[in-house]
Amino acid sequence: MFAYIARRALQSVLVMASVAFVAFALFQYMGDPINQMVAQDASAAEREALRRVLGLDRPFYVQFLVFLKNIATGNFGFSFRVGSPVAQIIAERLPATLELVFVAAMFALFIGVPAGVYTGLHRHGAMSRFMLTISLIGVSLPTFLIGILLILIFAVLLGWLPSFGRGQTVQLGFWSTGFLTTSGLKALILPSITLGLFQTTLIMRLVRSEMLEVLRTDYIKFARARGLTNRAINFGHALKNTLVPVITIAGLQIGGLIAFAIITETVFQWPGMGFLFITAIQFVDVPVMSSYLVLVALFFVIINLIVDLLYFAVDPRLRVERSVSAH
Amino acid sequence: MKTWRNLKDLIRRFAGSDVFFSFKRSPTVVAAFLLTLIFLVAAVFAPWIVPHNTYDVASLNLMDARLPPAWIEGGRATYLLGTDEQGRDVFSTIILGSRVSLLVGFASVILALTLGVALGLIAGYVGGVTDTVIMRVADVKLSFPAILIVLLIDGVARGVMPRDLHDKAAVYVIVLAIGFSAWIQYARTVRGLTLVEKNKEYVQAARVIGLHPILIMFRHVLPNVTGPVLVIATLGLGIAVLTESTLSFLGVGVPPTEPSLGTLIRIGNNFLFSGEWWMAIFPGIFLVLLVLSVNLLGDWLRDALNPKLR
Amino acid sequence: MRYVIATALAVAMAAAPAHAKVLRYSTNADLLGLDPAINNEGPTNAMKTNLYEGLIYRGIDLSLSPGLATEWSQVSPEVWRFKLRQGVKFHDGTPLTAADVVFSLGRYKAEQSDMKSYVATVKEIRIVDPQTLDFVTNGPDPILPQQLPLFYIMSKVWAEKNNTTQVVRGTSAPTYINFNANGTGPFKLVERVADNRTVVEPNKDWWGKAEHNLTRAEFRPIANAATRVAALLSGEIDLMYPVPAQDVQRINATPGAKVLTGAELRTIFFGFDQARDELLDMKGSGKNPFKDKRVREAFYKAIDIQGIQRVVMRGSSRPTGSMVAPGIAGFSEEVDKRPAYNPDEAKKLLTEAGYPNGFPVTLDCPNDRYDNDEAICQAVVPMLTRIGVQIKLNAQTRSKHFDKIGLKENYNTSFYMLGWTPGTFDAHNMLVNIVTLKEKDSGIFNSGRYTNPKVEELSKKAETEMDLKKRQELMVEAQKIHKDDYGHIPLHQQTLAWGVRDTVDGSVKPRPSNDVDLRQIKMK
Repeated sequence: MFAYIARRALQSVLVMASVAFVAFALFQYMGDPINQMVAQDASAAEREALRRVLGLDRPFYVQFLVFLKNIATGNFGFSFRVGSPVAQIIAERLPATLELVFVAAMFALFIGVPAGVYTGLHRHGAMSRFMLTISLIGVSLPTFLIGILLILIFAVLLGWLPSFGRGQTVQLGFWSTGFLTTSGLKALILPSITLGLFQTTLIMRLVRSEMLEVLRTDYIKFARARGLTNRAINFGHALKNTLVPVITIAGLQIGGLIAFAIITETVFQWPGMGFLFITAIQFVDVPVMSSYLVLVALFFVIINLIVDLLYFAVDPRLRVERSVSAH
Repeated sequence: MKTWRNLKDLIRRFAGSDVFFSFKRSPTVVAAFLLTLIFLVAAVFAPWIVPHNTYDVASLNLMDARLPPAWIEGGRATYLLGTDEQGRDVFSTIILGSRVSLLVGFASVILALTLGVALGLIAGYVGGVTDTVIMRVADVKLSFPAILIVLLIDGVARGVMPRDLHDKAAVYVIVLAIGFSAWIQYARTVRGLTLVEKNKEYVQAARVIGLHPILIMFRHVLPNVTGPVLVIATLGLGIAVLTESTLSFLGVGVPPTEPSLGTLIRIGNNFLFSGEWWMAIFPGIFLVLLVLSVNLLGDWLRDALNPKLR
Repeated sequence: MRYVIATALAVAMAAAPAHAKVLRYSTNADLLGLDPAINNEGPTNAMKTNLYEGLIYRGIDLSLSPGLATEWSQVSPEVWRFKLRQGVKFHDGTPLTAADVVFSLGRYKAEQSDMKSYVATVKEIRIVDPQTLDFVTNGPDPILPQQLPLFYIMSKVWAEKNNTTQVVRGTSAPTYINFNANGTGPFKLVERVADNRTVVEPNKDWWGKAEHNLTRAEFRPIANAATRVAALLSGEIDLMYPVPAQDVQRINATPGAKVLTGAELRTIFFGFDQARDELLDMKGSGKNPFKDKRVREAFYKAIDIQGIQRVVMRGSSRPTGSMVAPGIAGFSEEVDKRPAYNPDEAKKLLTEAGYPNGFPVTLDCPNDRYDNDEAICQAVVPMLTRIGVQIKLNAQTRSKHFDKIGLKENYNTSFYMLGWTPGTFDAHNMLVNIVTLKEKDSGIFNSGRYTNPKVEELSKKAETEMDLKKRQELMVEAQKIHKDDYGHIPLHQQTLAWGVRDTVDGSVKPRPSNDVDLRQIKMK
């Protein structure tokens, strides 16, 4: 077990390093940050001087090694655009994105699981079909269009909810939260629906198909034969057994949520990491872009590792399979 | 002659099969199938059926810009669904646009499928270090959201290619990027199934008589994994079309001179508040219809091919 | 912990007193930073103008009036003398002294300064007495006062106390002065969260008499145009700009919201490569059609600017024949008249020039810089196709566009779009940057490398001409020659459009430089 974790950790470090390299390499082609930083009529000498100050005149591999050395020591550099340390900017933006992702994930779970159970139990019911069709329309609409339409309806036409930003936030130590004020909570509603809709549908369909599978298994049939109530069978046995894959998939989907937050945050001017990333692309703010990618890679590697260990712990069959395939 | 008989035989077998039976039984699925068919035919023959060739910039007239659909006051019969900002006929751009979207969808699915199935087969059949390497790479990829991978690949392509070449090649770059971000699902599924098939007697037998492993993999193992792969592919088509539209929203999609459905929605998006809704809503409806019917087919296929659910 | 939350909540709720006149305003991007010596960009300079002051203040109508200097005059050809206003205090209470002005000049001239051009001609400042300062220039500089409104005065004591005297950008260290502000201006900085909000409140100790009636102003950037419009429509913000042309009607139709318009100072134009012997798209032909004036004229006359104004810009533009806007010193009505749109003549000119079947060329365009930039280019493509030119459009994001047509890629373009606002509100700035290239540091954005000895000479003369009227004539003359050469194709000036709620008083008007000077804002 320990050897396995150690091996995975080593692989993760390799993954991170290659992500950093790829990210850094491709930013060389994204345009010249200098153009964004000087006045339109700055002279060539002024541009060159700034290039030197930023270290952009050094060869590519030197820039990369400096970057690697810096992140290894926890120094993410300074944003070309904002001028403050990247670590500090990310610390400011992280709470916004994580709260959004958290609410979206909760939304997806608390709507998705019951809906999945219902449609699994009532396979041929009209309501089930209706829910499935709605869910299909949900996955067939691009996220940005959903966001704009929600704004149009709930902010512009009805005036119920804010169209942008986080509302009033409260500072708890380094963490700024929108959970403690009404305006903060209201501001969370539209973005998290936009972000969570796709995952809701996914979880619903997953729970449904898992339910269908489990309900056919022998032990459920046996439980029925024993005369247990439907309720006990459906929720006590069937649902419980569907939850393992659902939780793992949901865990992996958190990664997807963080990535798709780029689009949601752009539409709702949500001051989080995704929005930071998109602005960084426009400004060719290389330190921010590469730090974001490395950080996201770290998130994913960790989530992946946890999911893997969960599998390992939950399903003994996998241990056997791994050892077989290693021959 | 022989092939013809084989084909007839195949059709007869299909018509009598359970799959076809379940197909006939559901009107939704029949509708979805017909709709997909219409989309496909329209896309293939688009240049011959569109009322206006919107790719021919010389034929555009700026003075016809932003006309509403024909049935609304101010609309004109020649422009059934209205015109956009540059005077392009919306109906024509939608048909040409779904052609681009479907091209991206199909091509990227085929790419992902080929790559995924091949790697999955090899990983499952050969095992050992090969398997570990392939599956580790898959893990890394799976952990990275597709949209980021696509952004990265497209970014690199923009960097290494001269500009005008990139514009011409934009569609292929996106196909490559989406396809490359989607192969894992196939690989994982195929690997799992291969592991099961590998230990079955017929494969063991083939091995005993000394057939080449590649032959065994493709002739004996592959046919047994087509069902699940087909399901993934159908659902993947919808996702690919959506991913392309999202990329367009982020401004890295296909060039606006030959727009996809996603690009059309992105452009139309700007006119949603100003009451010129037709520029975004019609491409939106077509995109939803397209993805919806493809997804319905995929759903049905999954249930139909899963004997346990019948 | 609970206590912390409770206090935080109490603070949050106390933030809105009953009779507050709070302006919440928005534009498409955040401020770049607060350090006066860097971040030379429109909206950022506008915010700095609320917090800091120069010796001279440029009003809403672009006229100059006393700022931290009460009077100024040119005592000799190379010396401008300023009288410093007495009794002025910075926001932290330290008094303004002559030493602060000298200190500020040092920062403006530092290696990493972004604002060097505004004090480029100033050699040194001599302190004659505590109230009198002599600006010594390199050679005669007749228009120094025009340059100085953006020369903001900072407190030397404050900068030294906070260890932030250096002008630093980017990598090396975060600078206190870029996140904090201590000026003499009519507003004080209360809070700044990058990409989120910048909050200011009136400076009660300001020397001037406040015309605004604000108790607080919150600047909240919103990048997505649709979201910004939605925020205005739903009343979450009181003022925003720019309004996308297509949303003007919608905003005007919404009760409680309307659009204010005004003319902008930026001129949008096309330029041609007149330097290369062979056009980029005609490899192997050895020809550059744009060297022929007839071809340039043909392009000019093939563009239906009225059509673009009506359809693409929806009336929100002012077609022009001039490279500078009305309101800029050196603008001329005569130059402003455009040769008429005439595609038939254009076709004929092309034939005469030896291109009856046109030639291939790529139009380089930004897609996120100017109002409808990409749409304008898309509209021009069929117009030029109609006279036989095989034109291709290359529209891309601004950083790449400016790389390609700029110095970085050695002006790698044949036909391009660019917009220009003379930073000094003076046509000479345009002459130097856009239509000449012989002088040192000139022609940076003369991407087509247009040059004419007569224009060069007139521009050089105007630089040192002390008689303002004569200077004006020289600049107009240079523009006439450039126009007759069809050196560029001026298109239009954008119309500014501000969206406001009815919480904003009717006296508020958009400034030509398209930014918000809080001094002018009144709320109902």
